[in-house]
Amino acid sequence: MDNPAERAIVRLMFDADVVIAGGALTGASLALALAKGGARVVVVDRLPAGAQVSPDFDGRAYALALASQRLFRALGVWEAVAEQAQPILHVKTGDGRPGEGPLGGFLHLDHGEIDEGPMGYMIEDRHLRPALMAALAQAEGVTVLAGEEIVAQEVHPGNVAVTLGSGRVLRGALLAGADGRGSPTARRAGIARRDSDYGQTALTCAVAHELPHGGVAHQFFMPSGPLAILPLPGKRSSIVWSERRERAEELAKADDEAFLAALRPVFGDFLGEIRLEGVRFAYPLNLTVAERIVAERVALVGDAAQGIHPIAGQGLNQGLRDVATLAEVVTEARRRGEDCGSSLVLERHRAWRSFDRTALTLATDGFNRLFSNDNPLLRAARDLGVSAVAALPDVRRRFIREAAGLTGDLPRLLQGKAL
Amino acid sequence: MAVDTADPAELAKFEAIAAEWWDPEGKFKPLHMLNPCRLDYICDQIAAEFDRDRAGTEPFSGLRVLDIGCGGGLLSEPMARLGARVVGADAAAGNIPVARVHAEQSGLDIDYRHTTAEALAEAGEQFDVVLNMEVVEHVASPPDYIQACQRLLKPGGLMICSTINRNPKSFAMAIVGAEWVMRWLPKGTHDWKKFITPDELYDLLRGAGLEPVDKKGFVFNPLGWSWSLSDRDLSVNYVTASVKPE
Repeated sequence: MDNPAERAIVRLMFDADVVIAGGALTGASLALALAKGGARVVVVDRLPAGAQVSPDFDGRAYALALASQRLFRALGVWEAVAEQAQPILHVKTGDGRPGEGPLGGFLHLDHGEIDEGPMGYMIEDRHLRPALMAALAQAEGVTVLAGEEIVAQEVHPGNVAVTLGSGRVLRGALLAGADGRGSPTARRAGIARRDSDYGQTALTCAVAHELPHGGVAHQFFMPSGPLAILPLPGKRSSIVWSERRERAEELAKADDEAFLAALRPVFGDFLGEIRLEGVRFAYPLNLTVAERIVAERVALVGDAAQGIHPIAGQGLNQGLRDVATLAEVVTEARRRGEDCGSSLVLERHRAWRSFDRTALTLATDGFNRLFSNDNPLLRAARDLGVSAVAALPDVRRRFIREAAGLTGDLPRLLQGKAL
Repeated sequence: MAVDTADPAELAKFEAIAAEWWDPEGKFKPLHMLNPCRLDYICDQIAAEFDRDRAGTEPFSGLRVLDIGCGGGLLSEPMARLGARVVGADAAAGNIPVARVHAEQSGLDIDYRHTTAEALAEAGEQFDVVLNMEVVEHVASPPDYIQACQRLLKPGGLMICSTINRNPKSFAMAIVGAEWVMRWLPKGTHDWKKFITPDELYDLLRGAGLEPVDKKGFVFNPLGWSWSLSDRDLSVNYVTASVKPE
């Protein structure tokens, strides 16, 4: 009765525990985190090997919350970039009006008020990305298929199969979609998205300035949108300047001299003379939220789950919270022998992320709408609210911890602990 | 056993039943809810007894594990994933092809057999670990059954045995609650008179020549809708670990 040769079906061979669609920052971080936990991972990335990485400074930088920095430390990536990172020691927010520049700080968050250290770190893309890719290349249990695209995914009982453009089929227990705002993984899984447009575009660039920034991150709320000035190593800062769409498009097209002439009055002169460094980028600001972050044998992380307004640099930080949560849930499941792609396991990920996700998208959305409005009533309400925060040390500490990403039920990696 | 999995119609039927077994919202929902908790217990006990690192790769490799009353394979599959060589035994013939189909879909190699603990013992089979979960309250003669389980263990082997306590609370929870009110289990699944107290189980285990080393309660938390282990509350579902002396 037990002769295997008589059976009509053959035991399936798995290529991986988890197949990850997308090998950019969140996809690579997820692969590393899962591999640290002992999983076998295949990363499928559309770009050819090395295409993501360029050694020249192009102006892109991330404001990593302290929790995100701890995750990179736990993944063994931080050491390689620590010297290039600029600690964020203070956050100052202020009001501003066009032509008048910043009107001065009315909320000051100082890392000295909490014990954990800096609220976060500024790190340039040209340092973080190669460090992550190098760690990935060395990680045991990770296979990267670069220059390959997933063209189909099919869910079966017990497994998920993805077909690559080359015709190759990969089978695993779980498919993780780390494939960005328009996530084909989400689309193929039948997950709808809700998109909202802010009618704003963020212009990003880096500037060199005369005076030292002292590790201060500034956020000025102009009626047309917020301006963030974030400290980079040396006398340089990264700028995220949000403007109404039409105006921003004009500025994006303008030459450097004209751009700088427009930036100067908004930026003010508190850091002395400024000049442009690297490349300028323009990103239309919209919020895209997947209606669900899990489907059968599919989990979404990063922008595929929620592409949020880059105000306060929360996009990558939020993506890394997805990564830390999914990696912990999958690792725990694997260590008790559970099927890590089963709906029971994915439900744990969904439940853990749901509060954070709702709170953040609402907060970021509301925050920006509130702060980029010149309506006098809103201005008054806002000033009142912010002075209340400024006056109460406990509330202020709570804000500082929030900015550092230290609030909520934190996954182990965000506490800097191994899985 | 007249099971021919080469017949496509039969195969489709088994796949459908397997899907039922493995649907966390389906009729085996209570087992799926309990599973993470009992797996944690089982894994901790095996790791402690055989000095394995649960964080390692395939930590249970080299161990031969018997899952008695394997059903659709809810415990056999995790054990196989953790590297053990697993025999899944069930007295209900219909469960075997179902469990087999699912293991194959999940890329796992598990030896499922339509047999009983007594028959396996008779054949001289021996295991490092015997999983005896939610079975003893259903058998005709618990002493004979536990004796057979003891014979199935290698010297130094580990048996995990879980069952349901006998008291008014367990009657309320396991029969009134789970069968009558929640309809988690078919009515008549359990006969309250056959439930066993921890002391009685310890006596049975010792009587068969096993040495009980641990007991814990499985406690249902209706707020979190989940189960957890308890050192003190063994009033309804509970689990024991015992070893066969070398």
